[in-house]
Amino acid sequence: MDILYLLIPLSLVLVFVIGAVFWWALKSGMFDDLEGPAYRILQDENEVPGRKPGAP
Amino acid sequence: MTVTTTCYHCGLPVGADGVYRALVDGESHPVCCPGCQAVAEAIGANGLSSYYRTRTAFAPRGPERPADQAAALVIYDRPEVQAAFVQRIGENERETMLILEGITCAACVWLNEQHLSRLPGMLSVDINYATRRARVRWDASRIELSQILWQVETIGYRAWPATSAAVERARKRETRAALWRLFVAGFGMMQVMMYALPGYLAQDGTMTDDIQVLMRLASLVLTVPVVLFSAAPFFRGAWRDLRRRRLGMDVPVALGIAVAFAASVIATFTRAGEVYYDSVTMFVFFLLCARYLEMRARQHAAARIEYLDKALPLGAHRLLEFGRRMDAEEVPAIALKPGDFVLVRAGETFPADGRIVQGDTEADESLLTGESTPMRKGQGDTVVGAALNCSSPVVVRVEHVGEDTRVSSIRRMVEAASMQRPGIAAAADRVAGWLVGTVLLVAAVAALVWWHVDPSRAIAVAVAVLVVSCPCALSLATPAAMTVAVGLLARRGVVVVKAHAIEALADATHVVFDKTGTLTEGQPGVVAVHPRPGIEIDDALALAAALERTSEHPIGMALVEAAAGATAIEAVDVRNQPGAGVEAYVDGIRHRLGTCAFVTEIAGLLPPAPAPENGATRVWLGREGAWLAASDLIDRLRPDAVATVRRLREEGRRVLIWSGDAGDAVAAVARRLDVDGYAAALLPEHKLARMVALQRDGAVVAMVGDGVNDAPVLAQAQLSIAMGSGAVVSQANADVVLLSGRLTGLLDAFALAARTRRVVYENLAWAAAYNLAALPLAAAGLVSPWLAGLGMGASSLLVVLNALRIAFPRSRSPLRSSRRRTTEIVPAPTRA
Repeated sequence: MDILYLLIPLSLVLVFVIGAVFWWALKSGMFDDLEGPAYRILQDENEVPGRKPGAP
Repeated sequence: MTVTTTCYHCGLPVGADGVYRALVDGESHPVCCPGCQAVAEAIGANGLSSYYRTRTAFAPRGPERPADQAAALVIYDRPEVQAAFVQRIGENERETMLILEGITCAACVWLNEQHLSRLPGMLSVDINYATRRARVRWDASRIELSQILWQVETIGYRAWPATSAAVERARKRETRAALWRLFVAGFGMMQVMMYALPGYLAQDGTMTDDIQVLMRLASLVLTVPVVLFSAAPFFRGAWRDLRRRRLGMDVPVALGIAVAFAASVIATFTRAGEVYYDSVTMFVFFLLCARYLEMRARQHAAARIEYLDKALPLGAHRLLEFGRRMDAEEVPAIALKPGDFVLVRAGETFPADGRIVQGDTEADESLLTGESTPMRKGQGDTVVGAALNCSSPVVVRVEHVGEDTRVSSIRRMVEAASMQRPGIAAAADRVAGWLVGTVLLVAAVAALVWWHVDPSRAIAVAVAVLVVSCPCALSLATPAAMTVAVGLLARRGVVVVKAHAIEALADATHVVFDKTGTLTEGQPGVVAVHPRPGIEIDDALALAAALERTSEHPIGMALVEAAAGATAIEAVDVRNQPGAGVEAYVDGIRHRLGTCAFVTEIAGLLPPAPAPENGATRVWLGREGAWLAASDLIDRLRPDAVATVRRLREEGRRVLIWSGDAGDAVAAVARRLDVDGYAAALLPEHKLARMVALQRDGAVVAMVGDGVNDAPVLAQAQLSIAMGSGAVVSQANADVVLLSGRLTGLLDAFALAARTRRVVYENLAWAAAYNLAALPLAAAGLVSPWLAGLGMGASSLLVVLNALRIAFPRSRSPLRSSRRRTTEIVPAPTRA
C-alpha cells in the first residue's frame, strides 16, 4: 500500500499536465469550429479545373 | 402532387417557359434567372461542381445586377475605410474577417473556400461553419479587397467585412473561457471520483487513516480550481441576484457548493466528518454542461444580427463644389456632414437622410415603410438613408447622418419596444424564484431540526437538500430541448433568435401576416392582357417588352418576363418619363406604355375596358393615333402561400392578414388564400392597437412581418417572424427569421415547436416529480450528499437524453421530407 504515497501525488501531477495540454489546444484555436471539419473531410476532392467529373 | 420545375441552383420555381438553362459539366439544367445561370456556370467552369452533389440545402438566388455592384465595392479598398476592420501584417499582408451571406450548408463553405483560395494573391481562407465568418489574409500588392468581395458574389454569395471585430474577439474569448471551465470541472470530477471511490468501497478498518487523509488532500487540490475557477460564474450570478434582492437559480447552487466545500475542507483538516468533494465537482460539471450548450445556441443566433451593418452604405460620392462642377469624391459615409452634397446613382442606396436638389427619380423605401412600390421623388423631396435609388441619378443635400437618420431611430425604437415584451419567460423566472426560496427554506429548517436530533449530520442533510433538489433538471429541462430544436431549425433555414420563440410558436393561436413581401413576392406579375380586337396577346406583350427592355422598374421587368419566348421586337430612342411611363419608336412609329393619361396624349381616346380585378395595376399600351392593349399586373402570391395557409388553419390556428396596402389588393389576396380575416390600409399604430386588443382576449399572436414599419407591432406580438428577404432591421429584432424565404419554413417551425414543447413538458414533469420525491427524503436524512449528487446528475442526464429525442421524430413530418428535397427534384421535360 505504500506505493500509494507516490501514485496519488503522481496522478495529481498527471492531471495538471493533461490540463496544460488541453489549455494549449484551446489557445491554438482547435475548438473554435466544432462543426466545419466534420463536413470538410468529406469534400476534399481537389478537382482539377476543367476536368469533367465522372471521368476516371 | 404536381411536378414543378425548380431552379437547379436556388430551388425556387422556374417559370413554365423555362427559358434559362445552365450548362454544368456538359448537362443542361433549368434555372430561374440569369443570375442563377451565371453562378451555376461559373461554379461548373471552375471545377467546383461537386458542390451540387454534396450540398444539403439550396443556394440563395443569384445576383441581379452584377456590373453595378463590382464598382460599388471599390470603396472597401480605401485605406481610411479599411482602417476600421483590416489588420495590417507586414508591408503588404492584410487580414480581415468577412461575414458571408447565403451560406446554407456545408457545401457552400467548401465552395467559397475553394473558390477564394484559388485567387492569385490570396494567402489563406478560413471559414467557420458555425458562425458563417471567413478569416481571409491576402497580399495587397497582388489583389484588392474589393476583388475578393466581388469573387464571392460571382459564385452567388455575398460578403462584407465584419466591422465589429471587437465583438468578434469578445465572443471567441467567451467560448474559450467556457470550454476551459468545462474541461477543468470535468477532469476534476473524474479524478476526484477516483479518489473518492475507495472510501465508499472500503470496509471499516481496511483503509488506514493516512491513506484516507492523502486521498482527501488530493481531492481538495483538484476541487479548489473547480470551485474557484469553474464555478465562478455561479458565485458571481448568485451575488448579483442577492444584491438585487431576488432569488435566482444561482443562489442555491452557489450556496450548495460553498457549504459542501467548506464542510469538506474543515473535515479534511480536523480529520472528522464527511467530505463531499466528489459531489461538488460532479455538480459543477453538470451545470456547466448545460450553460455551455445554451451559450453555443445563443452565439449561433447572435451571428445573424450583423445584417444590420449593411442597412446604410459604407461609401458615398461627395460633390466638392456642387453648382459649379460635378466632380465627385469617394468618401466613407461616416465622413458625411449635414450640408454636404452627394451624388446618388441609380441602383445605389442613399447614404443619409436628405433632400433632393437636382434630378428626378424613384426611391424604394420598402426597408422603412414596407411599401414595395417605389416612391416618386423630385427636386425638394426628402429621401431617407438606406432607401434604394431606383431609376436615375440625383444630387442630395445631406440633412441627417449616422445615428440621427431615420433608420437608426427606428432601430432604437424597436430596441426599446422589445425590452417590454409580454413575457412567458418572466413567468418562468418567477416560478423558479419561488422554487429556489422553498428549497432554501427547507434546507434551513432541515439543518435546524437535525441540529437538535443529531448535530453531526446537520450539514450533510442541508447539503443533500440543496444538491438533490437544486432545480437543476428543472432549469436544464427547457434549454436542453430548446438547443436541440434551435439547431434543427437552423439547418432548415429557420433561425430562432430569441429563446422564448419555440414556446410561443407552440402556443400560437393566431398567425398574422403582413401582406407585403410575406405572402406575396413583392414583385408584380402580369395576370391579364386586354388587347384591341385584331391584335394577338403575344404580339402586344412583345411590343410592351420592347419598350421596357432596359427598364428596372418592377412593372417593366414583369412585362419583359411575361413576353419571354415571344419574338423580340426592337425599340429605339427609348425615353423614360418617371411617374408616367415610357416612350419609344418601333418601326418609326411613336409608341407609349404607361398610365391612362400618358398614353391618351398620343393614342387618342382609350376604349372602355373591364375594370381591373382584384386590385390589379393597369398599364396601357398605345401608338400614335391608336391604342393597342391594356395589361393588368398584380403582386403575385408566393408559390407556397396557399398550402401554408391551409395547413396552418388545419392545425387549428386562425390566420389573419393586416396590411398597410389598399383594400382591393388585400381583399384579393385574402380571398385567394381563404384566410380567417383581413384588414387593409392600416398604419403601424392601427396594427399595434389591433394586436393589443387581440392579446387582451387571450390570443397568442405570431406576427409574420417584413418592413420596418412593422417593427413596433412585431415587438408587441408574443412571437415575431421575419422573412429573410425582408428589411434588415426587422430581421435583427425578430424572434424567428425565415432565411430561406420559403413560407413552408413556418410549418417546419410550428411542427418542431409542438414536439419540443411536448418534450419540455415531459422534462418538467419528470424534474418536478423527482424534486418532490427527493426533497422529503433528503430532509429526512435518508439521502447522503453523494447519492444526492448522483440523483441530480442522473435526472439531468435523463432530461438531456429526452431532449435529444426531438431530433428523431417517430412519424414522417414536414421536417423529414424537406431534408430529402434536394434529391426529389424532377427535371421538367425540356421544351422543343
